Amino acid sequence: MDAKSLSIGIRIKVLEMVHRANASHVGGAFSMADILAVLYAEVLNIDPKHPADPFRDRFFLSKGHACSALYATLGLQGFFPLEQLDTYAMDGSMFLSHTSHKVPGVEISSGSLGHVLSIATGVAFAAKLKKATFKIFCIVSDGELNEGSNWEPIMLAPQHKLDNLVLIIDYNKIQSLGFVKDVIDLEPLRAKFEAFRWEVVEIDGHNHEEISRTLSGLSENKNGLPKVVIAHTIKGKGVDFMENTILWHYRSPNIDLYNNAVKQLNQS
Amino acid sequence: MRTAFINQLIEEARKNDKVFLIVGDLGYSVVEPFVQQFPDRYLNVGVAEQNMAGFAAGLALEGYCVYIYSIGNFPTLRCMEQIRYDICYHNLNVKIVAVGGGYSYGALGPSHHATEEIGMLRTIPNMVVCAPGDPLESKKITTFCTTHKGPCYVRLGKAGEPVVHTDLRELTIGDIIEVKKGETTAILSTGSMLKYVCDFVNDNHLNSAIYSFPFIKPINKSQLKEIFLNHRSIITIEEHQAQGGFGSAILELGNDLLNEGCIAVLPKIRRIAIDDKFYSIAGSQQYLREVAGIVLEKDFFQ
Repeated sequence: MDAKSLSIGIRIKVLEMVHRANASHVGGAFSMADILAVLYAEVLNIDPKHPADPFRDRFFLSKGHACSALYATLGLQGFFPLEQLDTYAMDGSMFLSHTSHKVPGVEISSGSLGHVLSIATGVAFAAKLKKATFKIFCIVSDGELNEGSNWEPIMLAPQHKLDNLVLIIDYNKIQSLGFVKDVIDLEPLRAKFEAFRWEVVEIDGHNHEEISRTLSGLSENKNGLPKVVIAHTIKGKGVDFMENTILWHYRSPNIDLYNNAVKQLNQS
Repeated sequence: MRTAFINQLIEEARKNDKVFLIVGDLGYSVVEPFVQQFPDRYLNVGVAEQNMAGFAAGLALEGYCVYIYSIGNFPTLRCMEQIRYDICYHNLNVKIVAVGGGYSYGALGPSHHATEEIGMLRTIPNMVVCAPGDPLESKKITTFCTTHKGPCYVRLGKAGEPVVHTDLRELTIGDIIEVKKGETTAILSTGSMLKYVCDFVNDNHLNSAIYSFPFIKPINKSQLKEIFLNHRSIITIEEHQAQGGFGSAILELGNDLLNEGCIAVLPKIRRIAIDDKFYSIAGSQQYLREVAGIVLEKDFFQ
């Protein structure tokens, strides 16, 4: 599936999942949907039939609350039968509403913020140790950067020249209870990472061509610097009444809003 | 004890090229021999224990048998959630080694008193909790941990603990070590209390049995059952808070054995441990043990 179709498919599937389960976090799932679509359609080398292949690229999702978008991506890409997602967040389902490593294609469980970048850094270090050439991508949310634990691997990765590590920040500017700038302003974010000796690129996190070019190019650049992509995104991107609202961090769409949203996405 | 650990880890690393040692900027005059022999399998990740635990999880995901090493509360309490969620939930092959168990660093104060971590760690699924009693147990536990696939915690004393055992077989998970046979009372010791217990029994010519527990979780239940069947009185001793620690584990298992009909009566169990207090006074390990009431008394054996 091409990235454009995949990005629409992810959003429609996520809507269906969160509507059925009356679940949260659709806004944060939509803000990273385009990044996931491009990663899985164009950048990552992972065979859905062999998700444990040691040579595969590694993708780590740290903002585990937005896992509906990752599950939808993996389902649409054939890691498991898509209809299994009908059980999302239901009694007895393996599809927990925070990322579960029991799901085929998921590298690590996440849900407690500020954990996964350390793990991805460990994997990047191990790859260097083993002289393996696979790439390592990790998506962290903006609000998640409040967790001090993130800044420990941000300090460590340049020390060991982990240029095989690409951190993507889903910078949708809204966290759980408010706008990022009003809770703990991250700016100047680029300067923070530059000061920590990372190579920094800022992109429009909804422009597929830009995402693809950046993510493919960065991981080829063996310059001794870990890479961070600050992806400027829109929370709830793709559905007008969800975009840029704090409400849709938690809200689940009722049937009318669900129908309205699906209609908008089908026309996009 | 830490010397026995690092020497055995070198042996294990010779046999297993996946053994990797990470330190949190601690281990001066301990880890150097390992670093000299295996410079590519050692990393100092700095003073950042949450990252140390997560980073170790990453290496373990890639097939390494990862040891993380620091003092007392730092590789344990400081990163408890990374241990629970990243390491134990994923059942990853990470071994957490804390030097300075109990009041080993007595004079350094409560920041360095590791007196609660066993209770916390033993509640976490998949975690094996170890506290070797002398350098020989420390050596055998290191071999066990390297062979065991999954998370382990090892509480070490410091340097210079005396050897208690003359000889020790390889340990399997949950093993209880019979140190001395005896009647009526059995003293169950964990961690570096062992030497003190042996000396007390010898000096007072007591006919009590002594068992060392290098494993606090799990504990071999059938071995424990035999101890309960053969003694009317049990004393547990540990350098840890009474709530949730080794004595608690023994009480729980004793109660389970009773409930399951494996024993007809529960022996009298006296727990010697810290009584829900912090001690903000300087002192040697021995001094603080005495202040905290981690002592045996002859009256206990009448």
